[in-house]
Amino acid sequence: MSEGHSTYTPKTGIERWLDARMPLPRLIYDSFVSYPVPRNLNYAWTFGGILSIMLVSQILTGIVLAMHYTADTTLAFDSVEKIMRDVNSGWLLRYLHSNGASFFFVAVYIHIFRGLYYGSYKAPRELLWILGCIIYLLMMATGFMGYVLPWGQMSFWGATVITGFFSAIPLVGNWIQELLLGGFAVDNPTLNRFFALHYLLPFMIAGVVVLHVWALHVVGQSNPTGIEVKSKTDTVAFTPYATIKDAFGMIVFLFFFAYFVFYLPNYLGHPDNYTIADPLKTPAHIVPEWYFLPFYAILRAITFNIGPINSKLGGVLCMFGAIVMLFLVPWLDTSKVRSAVYRPWYKLFFWLFVADAVLLGWLGSQPAEGSYVFMAQMATLFYFAFFLVALPVLGLIETPRRLPNSITEAVLEKNKGGGHHPAGATAAPETKG
Amino acid sequence: MKKILTSLALLGLVVAGTAAIAAEEAHNAAAPTHFPIDEPKEMDWSFTGPFGTYDKAQLQRGLKVYKEVCAACHSMNLVAFRTLEGLGYSEGQVKTLAAEYTIHDGPNDAGDMFDRPGKPSDYFPAPFANEQAAAASNGGAAPPDMSLLAKARGVERGFPRFVFDIFTQYAQGGPDYIHSLLTGYDETPPAGMVIPEGTHYNPYFLSGVSLKMPKPLSDGQVTYDDGAPQTVDQYSRDVSAFLMWAAEPHMEDRKKTGFRVLVFLLLFGALVYLTKRKVWEGVAH
Repeated sequence: MSEGHSTYTPKTGIERWLDARMPLPRLIYDSFVSYPVPRNLNYAWTFGGILSIMLVSQILTGIVLAMHYTADTTLAFDSVEKIMRDVNSGWLLRYLHSNGASFFFVAVYIHIFRGLYYGSYKAPRELLWILGCIIYLLMMATGFMGYVLPWGQMSFWGATVITGFFSAIPLVGNWIQELLLGGFAVDNPTLNRFFALHYLLPFMIAGVVVLHVWALHVVGQSNPTGIEVKSKTDTVAFTPYATIKDAFGMIVFLFFFAYFVFYLPNYLGHPDNYTIADPLKTPAHIVPEWYFLPFYAILRAITFNIGPINSKLGGVLCMFGAIVMLFLVPWLDTSKVRSAVYRPWYKLFFWLFVADAVLLGWLGSQPAEGSYVFMAQMATLFYFAFFLVALPVLGLIETPRRLPNSITEAVLEKNKGGGHHPAGATAAPETKG
Repeated sequence: MKKILTSLALLGLVVAGTAAIAAEEAHNAAAPTHFPIDEPKEMDWSFTGPFGTYDKAQLQRGLKVYKEVCAACHSMNLVAFRTLEGLGYSEGQVKTLAAEYTIHDGPNDAGDMFDRPGKPSDYFPAPFANEQAAAASNGGAAPPDMSLLAKARGVERGFPRFVFDIFTQYAQGGPDYIHSLLTGYDETPPAGMVIPEGTHYNPYFLSGVSLKMPKPLSDGQVTYDDGAPQTVDQYSRDVSAFLMWAAEPHMEDRKKTGFRVLVFLLLFGALVYLTKRKVWEGVAH
């Protein structure tokens, strides 16, 4: 994909002057204008761009919110309400930011599932995938700490429960927990360090995003067929083709985002977070934000001891293990074929996995009692079986469908209703298929 | 594809089945384990939906109910008098209204605390000096601050209703709950139910069979001068609507802005889509 040489020619004097000293315009031109992208990318590929505007939006709204926010347990809740009531357009900034976090996760989940479906993590894109997993981890840390800042009941009790996980780790657990909290319980030091870290982590995310995009531009984008780009006819220029398609994807996404911000701004939140934190009053059900619910369900599914591992540690191990699975995907999948389009059995298991993740999310929102516990255990079992059994075994036993010889052939086949063409009969991308 | 759909359908059945069993477990009239016992009744509110606006006459009545009834025990610390202009009052009316209150202020130049009449920039004064005093006067449970009550209360909607709520824009769980609670005191508890002493049975209460707050409203208690019925039901509706306003004073602005944003995105999206079609014309993909 990366052609290796640049096609940029500076036209004006300023551009020539800059190009000889620090070729920033050349970098931008090569990365976002002439950069070749597979011609068959569908709308699932617009979520990279969507995620980057969400990151920018979160940072911009967040910086303005930070100008009005006070990280002190006696003032935090009221300072957020001050933003909602008295700061000009404060309600808009705050709802954009709180719903923005949710939609950031909506986009990242679609982005991750797209990667899983089309096998985007396979060689040579393992590092690209792992960088993505690191971004996801950083996002989770940022989202969790951000939710603590309004200092509502769920902020406080969510922080208490989640930092409590760390105490399950043998030997160093209590030390880690106290380090996170800055004391023995969630209190002012916790709020202060969470605020500092909540401000820091997005810039770390931005840094890893740069690495993620860099890695992407070295190996090139994958595509729905999973076949590598072989010739120039397989690709189109980033601008205008991908730019305009990304722009349309972003607008559609922003439409859904705006619908929630303006009409259902509290739908994704919890009513209890509009009550100021009270260390003496435990809410009936402590639930994290929706984007953590599947992991929360896995954590609570482990209600039994496994040998020397008690149920609490077991739950924590499973929860972290559920995320570790993602990091291992490039090596767990043994299939030579990337895309689920050509893998009938993997496709089935992929959709079951999606359903399982949604089910786990719903179970995470329910009290851990009665039949919910058993369902969560089964769903957890399937979650791990997907990674540890389905991914390695399917690659060995599954017979993939016939792969087209090239992206161009696949595109032309699709456009002519699936007829067969010899590989040589591919037309130039300019002629209609 | 067929296989996937069948599996998903099967999975759905299993989920629905176990959820039904779970619901069954919870059903025991005299000793319920899940609250509220009865779900809040869904009411018609003027402020729901994409073009919802507050009914200013209703908000003014609700303020009257708050001032004459609720304010005896419940604070509303986050609401400033100046914002009452949002209820349709003029600047002068707000000044008069604020002046009815006595604000403890100071220290003055001599170092003394003093009382003075309220100004529009003041906030509703709390009925009790502190939370401990509030709890001590109310059987051990401090009455919650009412500024955000309409957003801080809400009964879980459950599947599949929470999905439909996205399309119907159901965001009135708070006022529905408050209205049901205020009108729910007259119901008789099922035979055999134990009601702790000093508490009052209410099947709509979110976290138990009964609550410390006694029935606060009775017919004719507050005089309305606009001819609205002076009933518990009407008082409850009005005060719930007022509390929604208190919790979300910029709601009208939000929905108005939202409509413009969505129309813009729709038109802009259509133009970008047409441009995209033009750009990709002749490029098979």
